[in-house]
Amino acid sequence: MIAAIVVLSVMAGVSGLLLGFAAVRFKVEGDPIVDKIDAILPQTQCGQCGYPGCRPYAEAIAAGEADINQCPPGGENGVTALADLLGRDPKPLNAEHGAVKPKMVAVIDEQNCIGCTLCIQACPVDAILGAAKHMHTVIASECTGCELCIAPCPVDCIDMIPVAQTITTWKWTYPAVTAKAAA
Amino acid sequence: MSRLYPFHGGLKTVRHKTESNQWPIQQAALPRWLTVPLRQHIGAIAKPLVQAGDRVLKGQMIGQADGYISAAVHAPTSGVVAAVETRPVPHPSGLPDLCVVIDSDGEECWIEHEPVDYRALHPSELRNVLRNAGIVGLGGAAFPSAVKLNLSGQCEHLDTLILNGAECEPWITCDDRLMRERATGIVAGLQVMTCLLEPREVLIGIEDDKPEAIAAMAEACAGTGYQVRPIPTRYPSGSVKQLVKLLTGKETPVEGLPVDVGVQCFNAATAYTVHRAIDHGEPVISRVVTVTGHVSQPGNFEALLGTSFADLVEQCGGYREGVERLIMGGPMMGFALHSDEVPLTKAANCILAASAAELTPAQPVMPCIRCGACVDVCPADLLPQQLYWHARAKEFDKAQDYHLFSCIECGCCSAVCPSHIPLVQYYRYAKNEIWAQEKEKQKAELARQRHQARLERLEREKQEREAKLRQKAPAKTIKAAEASEAGIKLDIEAAVAHAKPHPPSSISSRAEEGESITDYSARTPALPVAEGGNQEPEPLSSKQDA
Repeated sequence: MIAAIVVLSVMAGVSGLLLGFAAVRFKVEGDPIVDKIDAILPQTQCGQCGYPGCRPYAEAIAAGEADINQCPPGGENGVTALADLLGRDPKPLNAEHGAVKPKMVAVIDEQNCIGCTLCIQACPVDAILGAAKHMHTVIASECTGCELCIAPCPVDCIDMIPVAQTITTWKWTYPAVTAKAAA
Repeated sequence: MSRLYPFHGGLKTVRHKTESNQWPIQQAALPRWLTVPLRQHIGAIAKPLVQAGDRVLKGQMIGQADGYISAAVHAPTSGVVAAVETRPVPHPSGLPDLCVVIDSDGEECWIEHEPVDYRALHPSELRNVLRNAGIVGLGGAAFPSAVKLNLSGQCEHLDTLILNGAECEPWITCDDRLMRERATGIVAGLQVMTCLLEPREVLIGIEDDKPEAIAAMAEACAGTGYQVRPIPTRYPSGSVKQLVKLLTGKETPVEGLPVDVGVQCFNAATAYTVHRAIDHGEPVISRVVTVTGHVSQPGNFEALLGTSFADLVEQCGGYREGVERLIMGGPMMGFALHSDEVPLTKAANCILAASAAELTPAQPVMPCIRCGACVDVCPADLLPQQLYWHARAKEFDKAQDYHLFSCIECGCCSAVCPSHIPLVQYYRYAKNEIWAQEKEKQKAELARQRHQARLERLEREKQEREAKLRQKAPAKTIKAAEASEAGIKLDIEAAVAHAKPHPPSSISSRAEEGESITDYSARTPALPVAEGGNQEPEPLSSKQDA
């Protein structure tokens, strides 16, 4: 009887120590699922999902506050990838958050720019270069096409233009002939 | 005698070599306009060195290699640069690319030829000479040769150097004619490569349907120790990995290169350009191209790069009736062109005017019946059927599990498919999608980092401002007297709100009065600079002036 109690208490103590050690030694910093979700999101930081950036949205998905179909720039592929990751069923994009658009890039009409710096402050990825009372310009290769610079511009001199296809970005398309069509 | 190690699969294609290989290589006429694309190779586009109005000499460098994997581009003739702009180039997309347009003066004024003694040069200097001569693989892939001639870090010692004279595509004969007529030049180029790579043996693989070329090469190789190896005529024996297997029995690893197993392979025409560059000081400004198919008089032409395809067809007597498609490269691996007003490039080995007879008639696509014919012919030992299912379903991960990227797009599977499924198109599509996704991912990662950096900077600036306000607050005695803790907090909040961007509506109403805007921007605290960090914002005006 006493032996059993002693043995069990020792075992409990050892397990407790092991668990305690493991909790400290293998502590997980942050939620790894948030990082995984964040890695799938397109990082446009456009806020169309209703959250101020991709990471907050990833956190909301992880917490179960947001659905996986609120990211138009990620498109259907993004929703499918999120569904795969989270073991949920893929669903169509929620139209409330906007529609899928071709990739765009912001261009400042430099003739009309008054150098107010408002767009610079709005840009989530610091892709606009310029200084007060000097012309601004967009670094096209850094622009995510989030459109956040459009609204603050007091003179409406920013346009979104579709990214032109070049030889290096051109892709072979999905074969037009499908077995179904011919059958 | 040497042994051959047949590769799996492959096809016996119907040969159409005699249409164009019966006559010697002809010199194409000098055209008035030459459109020289700056991207004629795999890798970074060459940096233009000339601008409109510049006079250029024949062989003068007009585009400089930009980075390690890149190649120089030269003026094919003397004349005046008419423009440096985007023009249509031979590409499956039909999209334009940056070209240098030269208005030729007809004088063919050369730069000074500078032949070099390759034995006296350091290998890296020699590679630089070849790089500056714009030498790329002329078999069709156009990979910069100088990169392939540098073994450091890739392979300790090279066992075999292979010269690829297989020319397995059914219609192409440019290498055949080149080997017949200029075998000595090719061997001279091969000697330069041997000097750089120091291989144990040098093999020259030529398909046995080219007996004249085999004889000519064997004669030129006499006394050099290079071995000419006739190989059975079986498509795609000219594909690098298949040729390596055939001649040496070595399998190139998946996602590896022949150099990983101690073999390096160059096209016969590439060796010839090496000879021209080293022994004559001439950069790559022309190539031999087969113009064949449904044209009046098919043949091989030595044409200046930048000559339009239409000009070359004209010199063959023009199109015959019933041409349906113009193909660059062979019918198996080539692609249809959108127009014949595109320039000859280093990669263009063949222009094929195809009529309905040459094209496989478009037959309705039927469902896959899992017959496995594609597996039998696949020279890369893949499972084309599995690849097809996954590519069709856009399951790119699974397609990669079946080694999608080992596919050489030879077209054997599509050719034998009884259901006429355009298999290669599916593979090309899947490969392109995977590359595009990869690029997107990189871009997203960059955006994530920049956003993170911005958030950190904003936080830091906010704290600095708060610290400053806290320092100032006690100095203002009147306020300090009144200030409770809550009061200070309110102050700071107000200040922060003040510094933050105003809602668009209030600003746009102010925009009409220019002064308020100026006033605002004057107050704007430490402006964000694109690269993040605390540097002083640099006005752009100086750049504008420059």
